[in-house]
Amino acid sequence: MAFMGDMISPSPLWQNGPSPGAFYNFPGNSNHGPLSHINQDFRAHSAAPITTTTTVIGIKFDKGCVIAADTLGSYGSLARFRDCPRVLKVNDLILLGSGGDYADYQYLRDIIEQKIIDEQCIGDGLQLKPKSLHCWLTRVLYNKRSKMDPLWSNYVVAGIQDGEPFLGAVDKLGTAYEDAAIATGMGAYMATPLLRDVLDKGPLNEESAKALARKCMEVLYYRDARSFPRYQLGVVTAAGVTVEEPTEIGQNWTLAHMIHMK
Amino acid sequence: MAEIEQGTFGLQVKHLTPEPPTLYKSVIPVKHNPSIIIKSKFIITQLSHRDLGWKILHRILKVYIIIRQFVKLSEVNKFRNQYDSDVTVWSPQGRLHQVEYAMEAVKLGSATVGLKSKQFAVLIALKRAVSELSAYQKKIIPIDDHIGISISGLTADARMLSRFMRTECLNYRYSHDAQMPVGRLIALVGNKMQICTQRYDKRPLGVGLLVAGYDDQGPHIYQTCPSANFFDCRAMAIGARSQSARTYLEKHLNTFMDCDLQQLVAHGLRALRDTLPNEVELNTKNVSIAIVGPKTPLRVSDETELARFLSLVEGEERRGGSGSATGDAGPADRATGDDRDPQPAVAMDTE
Repeated sequence: MAFMGDMISPSPLWQNGPSPGAFYNFPGNSNHGPLSHINQDFRAHSAAPITTTTTVIGIKFDKGCVIAADTLGSYGSLARFRDCPRVLKVNDLILLGSGGDYADYQYLRDIIEQKIIDEQCIGDGLQLKPKSLHCWLTRVLYNKRSKMDPLWSNYVVAGIQDGEPFLGAVDKLGTAYEDAAIATGMGAYMATPLLRDVLDKGPLNEESAKALARKCMEVLYYRDARSFPRYQLGVVTAAGVTVEEPTEIGQNWTLAHMIHMK
Repeated sequence: MAEIEQGTFGLQVKHLTPEPPTLYKSVIPVKHNPSIIIKSKFIITQLSHRDLGWKILHRILKVYIIIRQFVKLSEVNKFRNQYDSDVTVWSPQGRLHQVEYAMEAVKLGSATVGLKSKQFAVLIALKRAVSELSAYQKKIIPIDDHIGISISGLTADARMLSRFMRTECLNYRYSHDAQMPVGRLIALVGNKMQICTQRYDKRPLGVGLLVAGYDDQGPHIYQTCPSANFFDCRAMAIGARSQSARTYLEKHLNTFMDCDLQQLVAHGLRALRDTLPNEVELNTKNVSIAIVGPKTPLRVSDETELARFLSLVEGEERRGGSGSATGDAGPADRATGDDRDPQPAVAMDTE
């Protein structure tokens, strides 16, 4: 059947001539008509995100890290899903937060969870360390973007690396860095300055770090149109990883009538 | 012709003597064929005469060929063992002879010792020179900053394994930005080595490794075998005459944990020295030492460090060279060495 060519997306019958019902197209100078038909690989499913989540915040304090993220899954500007948890306990040393395409997060989460199960099955008592997971995520995400099929999500890895707190971020392109304060998505613009202001004044303890995260979530709720008043907060210290049940932001809109968008 | 006479006719005479037929299974067909026995006896009487002429020789040969056809001596002679044609063949005793032969290959290599304290893991190897003109063959191969191996057996197989181990360590570094845990690497090596003990188109690797490594769980000494077993050891010795080294190690096992590096190396050198024939001494040319520990990346000692270590045991009285000449099996073999299941060394000699 080779002589029949590609049956699924056949090449146009007529080329380099006048198109029926159109102006004459000069050869090689055409961007419409039968010549320009889109032939996208159906496997490249992540060319754009679908169900998205917004900011993740990560803060390092003296004995550990906190991560906070709301539970909204948006469908464009539609607040579609209200219970999309995305603060994950990976093992006793690692806490993971994610923003961006929720399906891509679920895909990677399943792989990471299987990775942890496999490790537990070895039974040598060793646990994946945050730096290792951070590096691994970088490799995976960079590899996917290099195939022109990125996993459309950001990750914040927090944990205890050989007794010291670790906080690192990886974006959908595999760009990775470590910092004492990380905010992804809209939070990168609106929460990072708040975080840095506080951190510049000196190291935090667990309570002040949690309070700072809660403050940022509140500010982001008022400012970020894709945010949600219900969020999760996770803490990792040498004692282990805890992810709190979702909590609500106390809302106060009494000032709303004074805000006028131009 | 002369070879057939000397080599196999002797066997014939044995078979035809009346007393021991049950000992030699191949005799049984002869018993059922009286005509052959008569002919053979006739020849034996002829043999007793002094003037053995060409004619008689010719007849002996003829008769021999007839007997051979019935007795099927050819198979008995050509193969020492019916059940070692490839690794997938079981012997009726429940053994895999090819694997056991590969275990023997480890004992052909020169001896090497590995031992650890609470902090350090040390490999000490005896190097051999093929001839007086050649250099000493390398015995210790660095794998990564935190892992080194010492080999005994087929060097080519060891090189293949070491390349595999190096690749695995590098890949782990690339994907996890950390040193590969020693136990996990050994498990991978074990799985790799197992495959060729279960496929008819492969052969077991003929090399044993002592692996010294340091990771989050402290120092490690692992032993791997061609049978694809691996053992987590406090101390171990493999290779030719290594039984004497193991005897030494067993005797001092409880002291190793609290040794400092100098004492540990000195113990290793003494153990290695016990494997030497009386006329050979340890020197900077034929000894190789590798050390790994906390904040001590794997280091294969240079000549000055070797000389310093060797001076630790210099002038000490050597224990009588009581090492068994063949070297011996590790704990794996000892575990299986009961009456019904003889040592692999016996499996070789089925004559």
